[in-house]
Amino acid sequence: MAIDEEERLTRASARFWKWGRQNPKSEPEGASTDYLISMPRKVVTVYIPLLIFLFVLLFPFYWMTITTLKSNEELYDYENYSPFWVAKPTLDNIYKLFFETSYPLWLWNTMLVSVVATFLSLVCAVCAAYAIERLRFKGARLTGMAIFLAYLVPPSILFIPLALIVFNYGLFDTPFALILTYPTFLIPFCTWLLMGYFRSIPYELEECALIDGASRFQILVKILLPLSIPGLISAGIFAFTLSWNEFIYALTFISSSENKTVPVGVITELVEGDVYHWGSLMAGALMGSLPVAILYSFFVEHYVSSMTGAVKE
Amino acid sequence: MAVDVNQRRAPAAIEQPGRLKRLSRSKGMMSLWFMMPAATILLLFLAYPLGLGVWLGFTDAKIGRSGVFIGLENYAWLFDDPVFWLAVFNTFLYTVVASIVKFGLGLWLALILNHHLPFKAILRAVVLLPWIVPTVLSAIAFWWIYDAQFSIISWTLVKLGILTEYIDFLGDPANARASVIAANIWRGIPFVAITLLAGLQTIPQSLYEAAVIDGASPWQRFRYVTFPMLTPIIAVVMTFSVLFTFTDFQLIYVLTRGGPLNATHLMATLSFQRAIPGGQLGEGAAIAVSMIPFLLAAILFSYFGLQRRRWQQGGSD
Repeated sequence: MAIDEEERLTRASARFWKWGRQNPKSEPEGASTDYLISMPRKVVTVYIPLLIFLFVLLFPFYWMTITTLKSNEELYDYENYSPFWVAKPTLDNIYKLFFETSYPLWLWNTMLVSVVATFLSLVCAVCAAYAIERLRFKGARLTGMAIFLAYLVPPSILFIPLALIVFNYGLFDTPFALILTYPTFLIPFCTWLLMGYFRSIPYELEECALIDGASRFQILVKILLPLSIPGLISAGIFAFTLSWNEFIYALTFISSSENKTVPVGVITELVEGDVYHWGSLMAGALMGSLPVAILYSFFVEHYVSSMTGAVKE
Repeated sequence: MAVDVNQRRAPAAIEQPGRLKRLSRSKGMMSLWFMMPAATILLLFLAYPLGLGVWLGFTDAKIGRSGVFIGLENYAWLFDDPVFWLAVFNTFLYTVVASIVKFGLGLWLALILNHHLPFKAILRAVVLLPWIVPTVLSAIAFWWIYDAQFSIISWTLVKLGILTEYIDFLGDPANARASVIAANIWRGIPFVAITLLAGLQTIPQSLYEAAVIDGASPWQRFRYVTFPMLTPIIAVVMTFSVLFTFTDFQLIYVLTRGGPLNATHLMATLSFQRAIPGGQLGEGAAIAVSMIPFLLAAILFSYFGLQRRRWQQGGSD
C-alpha cells in the first residue's frame, strides 16, 4: 500500500517535472507593470475593451445557437418575439438535420477523413522531423527549409492541377482523394512543429541509448516519442482542425452527396435555390463547429504553450 | 557525433562484415528511409501539381480534355479581361485593409490579454474560438447576420433610431466588400492576438522594470521596449496573415460567390469559378499562377523579417 502510494507520487512528480520543463514558469506571466495602474484606470483601459472584444468575437456563436433553437414562426417574426432570446426553444432543426438530411453521413466522412489524414501526416512528420533534426543528413537544413516553404503553398493555387491528378488516379469522389491530399498541408506544418519540439529534447538521452545498443528506430519510438507527447498532441490537434476546416479540396474533389464533408455538405445541400432553411443551416453550422470547439477546450493549454514554444524558436 | 558512437559500436559486429559495411553507409540510407513517406506524398501531391499547374496555365485544357500548349495566350486573354483586373484590385483591397485592421486589433487584444486577468486560461480559449471553428460554418452565421431582411444588425440599429431602413449588406457592391472584410477580420483577430500574446510573454520583465526606473511613460514602454522586441514575431504573423488573406476562398464563396457585379471576386474565387463550374482549367490555372509572384514577395518579406531577428537578439539563439 505504502509502496504503491510512493510509486504513484514519484510518477506524478515525474510527470509534473516534465510538464514544468516544457512550460517554464520562472517568470510570472503578464506585464509586471500592472502595479503601476490604478483599478479605475484598469477598468477603462483593460476590462471595457476586453468585454467589447469578447462580445464581438462571441456574438456570431450566440446567434448561431439561438437561431438553431428557434422555431420557424419565431425565427422570422421580430415584432412579437425579441430576436435576442428564444421564447419556446425547440430541437426541431437539429432533429430535421440528423434524420431528414445526409448530415450524419457528412459528419462521419469528415471524422474519417480528418482522423486518417491526421494519423498519416503525424507518422510522416515524425519520421521526417527526426531525420532532419537528429540524423542531420547532408542537406538536412535545406530539406527543412523546403518543408517550411511547402507549408506556404496555399490550396487555392493547387486545387486545379490536383483535381486533374485525383481524377487520373481514379480517386475522384472517394474519401481517398481527401485523405491523400490533406497531408500536403498537414505534413509541412506538423514537421515544422515537431522539429522545434525535438530540438528541445536533450541529445544526451539518445546518446545513452545508442551506447546501450538501441537502433535508431528504437530510440525514436522508446525515447523521443514518449518525451514529445505534448508536441504530438498539439500537432495532432492542429492537423485535425485543419482537415476538419478544409473546404476547397473537398468542394472540388467530391461530387456525390454521401461522400461530402460537413462544410461542403452544409453549403451545397442545405441551400436549395432561393429558399434558405436558416434554422437547419445554423444547426448544421453549430453541430459542425462543436467537435473542434470541444477538442480545443480540453487541450487549449497545450495549444497555447506549443504556440509560445514555436514562437520562441 | 552520431557517427562516433556508431564507430565505437562497430567492433561488436565484426563477425558480420556485410553488416559493418551497411552500418558505415547507414546514415544516408536511414535518412532516406525516414524521409521517404513524407517526401513521397509531398512530391506526388504538392510539387508535381505545382509544376502541373504552371504548365496548365500555358495550355487550353478543359474539363475532360487535356490541353495543347498555347503559350501566353491565357495570360494575354486575362490581361484584356476587366473582371480579372477587378479581382486583382479586390484581392489587394481585401488583403491590405483586412491585414492592417487585423494587426491593429489583434495587437490591442494581445496587450489586453497580457495583463493579469482572472480566468486567464478560459479567456484565451474563448478568444481562439473564431479561429478554430471552420470558416465555412462561421461564414454561414455571418450570412444570416448580413441577411437583407432579417439582419440583426439592421434591426438593432433601426430600433435604436440610428437608421431608418435596413442595410443591404451583401447586395450593394461597397457594402458587400465591407461586409466580407469585416467577417475576415473577425476570424483573423484571434490568430494574430494569441500569437502576439505568446511573443509578448517572451519579453523579459527586467526590461520593463529598467524602463520604469528610467521614467518611461506607458507609451514609451510600448514604443521602445515592447514593439522592437516584438517585431520579429510581427513579421512572421503578418506574413502568414497576408498569405492566408490573399488566397482566401471559403468566406467569399459562402457569403457572395464573388457577387454583386463581381465586386467581391478574389483571384482564388475567380480561378475556381472559371476552372471548375466554367470548365476552363487552363484559364483558371493561369489566374492561380498569377498569384504566385505576390506570394513569393510575402515569403521574401518573412525571410528578411526572420533574418533581422538574429542581430536584434544579439545572436543568442
